[in-house]
Amino acid sequence: MSISPDLDRSFREAAVTLELVDMGFDVLDSPIGQLLVAASPRGLAAISFESDPEDRLERLARIAGPCVLRSPKSVDTPRRELDEYFAGRRRVFDLTLDLRALPPFTVSVLHELARVRYGETTTYGALAAAVGNPKAARAVGTVMNRNRIPIVLPCHRVVGASGDLVGYAGGLDKKIALLELEGAR
Amino acid sequence: MMHAVAIPPFERFYEQHSVEVLRLLRRRLGTDLADDAFQETFLRALKAYRRLDHGDHLRAWVLTIAQNVALDALRRARPVAELVDAATEDSRPAYEDLAELTDGLPRTERAAVVLRYGYDLSYDQIASALGSTPDAARQAASTGVRRIRRSVSS
Repeated sequence: MSISPDLDRSFREAAVTLELVDMGFDVLDSPIGQLLVAASPRGLAAISFESDPEDRLERLARIAGPCVLRSPKSVDTPRRELDEYFAGRRRVFDLTLDLRALPPFTVSVLHELARVRYGETTTYGALAAAVGNPKAARAVGTVMNRNRIPIVLPCHRVVGASGDLVGYAGGLDKKIALLELEGAR
Repeated sequence: MMHAVAIPPFERFYEQHSVEVLRLLRRRLGTDLADDAFQETFLRALKAYRRLDHGDHLRAWVLTIAQNVALDALRRARPVAELVDAATEDSRPAYEDLAELTDGLPRTERAAVVLRYGYDLSYDQIASALGSTPDAARQAASTGVRRIRRSVSS
């Protein structure tokens, strides 16, 4: 015996509608592979290239609380905006973000990162300078590497001082694909 | 010292217990009524989930919620006289250890006693399973225990 898809869907929808979910998530298809997208009532909280939920549930629970539930409805808006972005029809994301539990330095770096525009690139050093700490390029690199909301917070637009791509938590091929999509390469 | 089991993310809890809950509800209510009761059971569980203080005995906990949802549904659908049987009939999966002693107790007392002394749940957790308050759960457990004492000594 198994739970019918209809019953399963209607429970998950009701849970979100009644605001009982701390963190809703779903796995989306994209041109650069499957993405696990998670949103809390406060906003978009995570995008992960490792799309197997089994590996991510505990991490999502640590951010928002134990009521983590797969529910397509909870990521409707990010899904639509990401689809538009990958179709080349969106250059700016209009999403509230849930950055809770991140240290202040990380938050200020991410705020600067959010200002790097579509199709442009910046460097780790320039971001460090922008948060008033020019020597912190390496720390900025760490923040990029741990960026909880890649794509929307565009760490793919951050490159080395010599123009090297340097690295990308989701794999360098994805960084290249995103920059090409934006016409930055 | 024993360590309490961590509370799993709800998704995992749901995946683990949903089939057994649906099976129980179908047995009790039939296929037609079971779907609504299934949804109600997991919504009640989700509502109470944040208040849990450990992840022990979640199966017993959710099956108790399902039993209560089923009884509510039966109460709406059937005359009261038939309920007595339904209440004592198949609480077995969650209640094995204390089944014999608690067999004669009214439903709420029985559930409170078993969850408290069989599964060591807190009164908060018992209250959320029974849809009542911690005070009422404590009261039900102590009344149940007194009743058992009386029946054992008589």
